[in-house]
Amino acid sequence: MIRQGVTSQLLRVENLVVEYTVGNKIVHAVSGITLEIARGETLGLVGESGCGKSTLGRAVVQLRQAVSGRVLFDGEDLTAMRGEALRKMRRRVQLIFQDPIASLNPRRRIGDIVAEPLVIAGVSDPKERQDRVSEVLNAVGLDPALVMGRLPHEFSGGQCQRICIARALVLNPEFVICDEPVSALDVSIRAQILNLLEEMKARFGLTLLFIAHDLAVVKAVSDRVAVMYLGRICEVGPSEQLFAKPAHPYTALLIEAIPVPDPDIKPAESVAVGEPPSPIAPPSGCRFRTRCPRADQRCASEVPELRPVGTGQYVACHHPLT
Amino acid sequence: MTEAPLLSVEGVAVDLPTARGNLRAVDSVDLSLGAGRTLGIVGESGCGKTMLSRAILQLLPKKAKLSGRVMFDGQDLARCSRETLRKLRARSIAVVFQDPMTSLNPVLTIGTQLMETLQEHLELDASEARKRSVELLAAVGIPAPEQRLAQYPHQLSGGMRQRVAIAIALSCEPKLLIADEPTTALDVTIQAQILDLLAREQKRRHMAMIIITHDLGVVAGRTDEVAVMYAGRLVEHAPTQALFKQMRMPYTEALLAAIPKLETAPHTPLPAISGRPPDPTRPLKGCSFSPRCRYATSRCESEKPQLVASSSPDHRYACFHPIKHDASVGA
Repeated sequence: MIRQGVTSQLLRVENLVVEYTVGNKIVHAVSGITLEIARGETLGLVGESGCGKSTLGRAVVQLRQAVSGRVLFDGEDLTAMRGEALRKMRRRVQLIFQDPIASLNPRRRIGDIVAEPLVIAGVSDPKERQDRVSEVLNAVGLDPALVMGRLPHEFSGGQCQRICIARALVLNPEFVICDEPVSALDVSIRAQILNLLEEMKARFGLTLLFIAHDLAVVKAVSDRVAVMYLGRICEVGPSEQLFAKPAHPYTALLIEAIPVPDPDIKPAESVAVGEPPSPIAPPSGCRFRTRCPRADQRCASEVPELRPVGTGQYVACHHPLT
Repeated sequence: MTEAPLLSVEGVAVDLPTARGNLRAVDSVDLSLGAGRTLGIVGESGCGKTMLSRAILQLLPKKAKLSGRVMFDGQDLARCSRETLRKLRARSIAVVFQDPMTSLNPVLTIGTQLMETLQEHLELDASEARKRSVELLAAVGIPAPEQRLAQYPHQLSGGMRQRVAIAIALSCEPKLLIADEPTTALDVTIQAQILDLLAREQKRRHMAMIIITHDLGVVAGRTDEVAVMYAGRLVEHAPTQALFKQMRMPYTEALLAAIPKLETAPHTPLPAISGRPPDPTRPLKGCSFSPRCRYATSRCESEKPQLVASSSPDHRYACFHPIKHDASVGA
């Protein structure tokens, strides 16, 4: 469906369905998603809260079990893996979360926190561990001599996120899932962390899945962007193209809604109508239809499939904008 | 502004005692706001913007020490009795906070919370209060307002809860509305709706409004003037157009540059501001921004720049090396 040069593909998610229960109700968090990420690529994943983007990220590393579908990492199906095999595979995939302070154990020293993945991976030589920890701390712009013995509360949010990035990189992973890595940070610090992620990606040859709700942030780092709404992909395409010529009305709405720091651009009056419906009872057909200005009968009855609308751009809409 | 402004903040400072020593959260801030005007206060976390709004509301933490004067509608708020303040805060100054889940009472229905305000402060009877509540909920764009009255905050989405908080804030027709990060907890599409709602009601009611935010994008199209804060001080204050087009303060410039923009191609390195704000318990002798500023000289480290007017009296900045613009050379 979303084709890439097959040889370069690192991750392929196929018809992934993730559901969970809240009380006696089923939350349809991810409803049949297919995505590919090429080696060395950054795929941005955007959508509003509750659209299932974090669940998708977690399902990729098997922190959430899928109802159906496959997650192929380097050709191997992670959903079929158990025990030791899965643990081994996970070393190649790491996560960075939104709240850097909450992601660090407040009682442990930075040196131990960053070394922990090495301990789990069985690197038994303390000297080897220490060298590796120093190396990654240096890489993220922290002085190992100054930070290793300190506790997380002695650091600011931005520095804690650097520590989280160091911990994610310590095992030399190939693939890093960044789940809203900068949304808890101030504007000035956010730019530092985004630049750092780009630098780390180049230096360590990483492939990234970058999950965020801020389109401008996603565009700044992504080669391709996938837009998600209520558990489904609405549109996916090369960043530049997707933002210049959005084909899905939802992508257009998201772009319109960004507040622009320019007083000459008057905010368009209420471009955004309504709120996303609950993923417990998603609308039939196209899930965006209840907020879509173009929706008609067909949208209510027929689920739109992703289809090409330009080079590398795919849209799931019966009435696309282009 | 020839007539006396609705709000005037004169030399306000807020000191908080902490284990690490005195923390000056707000440092000699002067501001004024006319009736029906909108002011954006922009700054990063810890810059003192929320403390400043608390100082205006006289809602500072118990241990905090406030100096300076806050004049509202001809009254010195620091000298007002608790009862007068309570009345003022209910009827004349209203607030909308960042997190509607914590500002609404989770065990009371929406109706109870709205009607309580109306009955207490406007002395309406129950049926009038109910009628007015429905009107208010409808005005802030809540569908099926009648039914909502019986619902609890947790039954509403974040956006809807913020609408309810706005309805309560507007219920007594305040002269000044302070919105403290009103959309930070919300999604972009909902943010746009809430900002539109605030702008609409502000115009309709001719309220003065202060929007406190860390996002320059939020204030750009929706305020008359903007004040930028850094490390407890105002560092630039200007009409919104002038601030964005002719900014003088290097911090404002750096802050704007650091925001990722949609027009920029992917993988373009962002002009980040290196370092981080100074420790507020260890104030610097000179300009607080100097360690991070690319224009800083030795003077900036030893001497604190005061907020001074540039070529136009309503554009003030605190910098020894303001950014030059062709139109304002010689300023």
